[in-house]
Amino acid sequence: MTTPYDHSVLTLLIFSPLAAAAVAACLRGENAVRWWTLAFTTVAAVFSLTLYGHFDVSTAAFQFRYTVPWVGSLGIHYDVGVDGISLLLVLLTTLMMPLCVLCSWSYIKTRVREFMICLLIMETAMIGVFCALDFVLFFVFWEAMLIPMAMLIGVWGGPRKIYAALKFFIYTMAGSVFLLVAIVALRIHEGTFSIPDLMGKTYSSSFQTWVFLAFFISFAIKVPMFPFHTWLPAAHVEAPTAGSVILASILLKMGTYGFLRFSLPITPDAAAMFTPYILWLSVAGILYGGLTALAQPDLKKLVAYSSVAHMGFATFGIFAMNTLGLQGAVLVMINHGVTTGALFIMVGIIYERLHSRELDRAAGLGRALPIFAVFVGVFSLSSLAFPGTNSFIGEFLVMAGGFGRIWAADSPVPKVLAVCVVPGVVLAAAYMFRMLQRVVYGGTKNPDHSLVADLRPREIATLVPLLVFVFWIGLHPAPFIRVMEKSVAHLIDQSRHTTALAGNR
Amino acid sequence: MTASAAFLPELVFLLGALVVFGFTLGESRVRQARNAALATAAAAILAAVFSLGCHESLFQDAYRVDIFSQTLKLAFSIGFGLILLLSGGLGDIREEVKPEYYLFLTISVLGLLMLSSAIELITLVVCLELSSFPLFLLVAMRREQEGHRMQMESAIKYIMFGIAANGIMFFGFSYLFGLTGTTSLPVMMPKLVAIAGTPAAIAGLALALGGIFYKLAIFPFQFWTPDVYQGAANETAALISSLPKLGGIAILVRLVCLAGPDSPTFALLLAMLAVASMMYGNLIALVQTDFKRLLGFSGIAHAGYALIGFVALSEEGAAAAMFYILSYLLMVMACFLVICRVSRDGANLKIEELAGLHRRSPLLAVTLAVGVFALAGLPPFAGFMGKLSLLKAALAKGWLALVIIVMINAAIAVFYYLSVVRESWFRDPGDLPPIRLDGPTRVLCLLLIGGILALGIAPSPVLDRLRQGVAQATHLTPAPAVAVVGQTR
Repeated sequence: MTTPYDHSVLTLLIFSPLAAAAVAACLRGENAVRWWTLAFTTVAAVFSLTLYGHFDVSTAAFQFRYTVPWVGSLGIHYDVGVDGISLLLVLLTTLMMPLCVLCSWSYIKTRVREFMICLLIMETAMIGVFCALDFVLFFVFWEAMLIPMAMLIGVWGGPRKIYAALKFFIYTMAGSVFLLVAIVALRIHEGTFSIPDLMGKTYSSSFQTWVFLAFFISFAIKVPMFPFHTWLPAAHVEAPTAGSVILASILLKMGTYGFLRFSLPITPDAAAMFTPYILWLSVAGILYGGLTALAQPDLKKLVAYSSVAHMGFATFGIFAMNTLGLQGAVLVMINHGVTTGALFIMVGIIYERLHSRELDRAAGLGRALPIFAVFVGVFSLSSLAFPGTNSFIGEFLVMAGGFGRIWAADSPVPKVLAVCVVPGVVLAAAYMFRMLQRVVYGGTKNPDHSLVADLRPREIATLVPLLVFVFWIGLHPAPFIRVMEKSVAHLIDQSRHTTALAGNR
Repeated sequence: MTASAAFLPELVFLLGALVVFGFTLGESRVRQARNAALATAAAAILAAVFSLGCHESLFQDAYRVDIFSQTLKLAFSIGFGLILLLSGGLGDIREEVKPEYYLFLTISVLGLLMLSSAIELITLVVCLELSSFPLFLLVAMRREQEGHRMQMESAIKYIMFGIAANGIMFFGFSYLFGLTGTTSLPVMMPKLVAIAGTPAAIAGLALALGGIFYKLAIFPFQFWTPDVYQGAANETAALISSLPKLGGIAILVRLVCLAGPDSPTFALLLAMLAVASMMYGNLIALVQTDFKRLLGFSGIAHAGYALIGFVALSEEGAAAAMFYILSYLLMVMACFLVICRVSRDGANLKIEELAGLHRRSPLLAVTLAVGVFALAGLPPFAGFMGKLSLLKAALAKGWLALVIIVMINAAIAVFYYLSVVRESWFRDPGDLPPIRLDGPTRVLCLLLIGGILALGIAPSPVLDRLRQGVAQATHLTPAPAVAVVGQTR
């Protein structure tokens, strides 16, 4: 049944960016490097769509699986494959990359070659994280992202770039050291690094608790969950546009992906035990992110804090641990990638024109720039989950799932938690409308924007694909849900399976 | 015939040392001495490859040639070549002693080579001294700086600590001899394992390890490290920080197996020393401003990591420790290469002086980044695979708390490694001029980067070989029996 395509497609997707980076290192001229990276990432994006075509939605098994021994003496395999959840994230990654190149076209003026090489190495590592089915392979890709990302922030970033890059690096690294201990502990316990083999086993509850906590520190920092979020605003604000887009659209998803892929299926009992705390932390994140975003005078910080709130919704949905919640959480992850990525690109566009990200400096920009106003309007509405846009579907499912869990007979948390989520939704509207109002209309004493140019065709080309997804997911989410349906159902089975066993004993 | 083939790498070194000695006589002939040393390195690598499969017992069973020793000899020969390339024109060594520098360098490595084969205590001592004494002299050969004679102070410290540590080691050896009535490790092992739990055996073994801990810079024998690194010329520090540590690990493999596979007190002792080294090295490294001192303290920490492998008292652990130190060799050489090339006029290098290295010399900056990130234990570099195999070996024996301490230390260490990356990558050079690299330096950069990546991505061949070697080295039975065991496997 399996074809050469099935075996090689993921490996090709993972490592071709590295080869492209090697080519970019040899090219002469900055424009050649830009065009080459754009061409490559576009081809990779189009090629990755064939995955969707070949993907069998009727099974939860890992597909396009390819396994070979890697380090025999340590029992490490090169093992890749995707299920419905990781497929969507892989596609999100490949689709965002050409947009990252486009939005850096004129933004990055120095050391273009090195910048593009960093982007391509990032692409390898990010796709690798979502495809890896061997724990060590996963960890290698997970850590391999740190260096190019820190470089993106530290070399091409804003005034406090060094502080931001180091903070990002140290936070993420500190989190992942315990992940490594957990990985080795699982290996000693079960004799394998294979992720699918580690799922659905019955571990003793104390073992689960420790492994879960080690996972949790690492993933919660990456998400980032309140109160581990403090690296995020610094990193977002100082990173160049493409860096912010990658951070928001893809890196943050790795934390929630970790919860979905590891915490729930490998340590279900501990996950159930910690659910109340995580739900509370999620709600705290939603409210904290919303309130802080409301007070930001800096556009990028505003969007960064809105990320904290959105990711709060994602973890809320994940730990609702029912179909609606999990499907919603995956959709929130995708939507946040699309919408927040777009908003960061918009902020980058403003910065290129005004050399400032201050909300006051940008006041009334929309009056002079009609096309810009349309885009910023749509993406802001999408960010506040306006019906008809993508985020509405995701957040609605999360809320439905979360409330279903809270009102269920075995609810781990008091009903008041549900009441606390509602202001989060209102806050999203408040901070987004505040920004929209200022940027598009402003007040009576707006700065003079008559000389500012409206969006160029390149910038429109960057934003249109994201606009398409905003409405596609918003109006017809079925294709996206269909892909992950079986995987989510399987995930719920796994997270219940061991719980039931433990209950029967 | 086979005996001389098995002894070929040592003979090559001996011959090389004689030739270099010839060049030290009369008028100073630096270029010829250097070429002779380079030729020795090349010939030694070939000889080591040629004798890689040899299996022999020489000099009345005092000298064992097996997979373990031959693998190490290959590593030493390659390391010798790398060090020679790294030291370039010996910018910071007094002009009139440059040929002698090459002579002592060659002899010191010869001592290390022999060390990896020695399985008898007296031989071991002789080899250890052969490798140590030339190093003491090398430290003192640095050029005189105006106003202070740092190199002399360092050399004296190095000698004093070295001799004190060796004295402790001899004292320990005397215990071991007294307990077992033999100086031959293969004969001693079964006798000592039988009484491994007794205080006398543990004391003897612990004292005997003192001299090795001094070489590895493990707490409490670490005091010389930062001062000697700082006082010695950059090239000499590169040597001291790398090859002797591999030699130290080699004897450690031979000696630790004397404790037998099950010796909780001894394992606990090693674990405590490992933790103390890691904590001490990492915490003090945090506040260093001199890059060499930083590497000195980080070296103490890394020796602590490597010791984790021995805590497990298993073949897997010892092989992991060997692998870790092999990787460390490449990583620390990458850092010292950058120090040697960036430092002006051979002076010590402050971390701030790395500012803007990515503009002054992109290749050096990449080399430094690879070396430093590998030291920090990030994949896909060698340091990660080394740590992973160490953790796996320790956790397999249930040392969870130890593993967690290691990882906390790894997290602490990231901070000071990042300070190096911060200067070299995130800062602007100001008005510092670009650095021009000559051909050998470029090749060396690529070799080190390639090596660090290769050990990180495809560690299997090296790991497997080390494990085979360790298995042979730790199952010390008299020579004929080994041959039988070798055949039946």
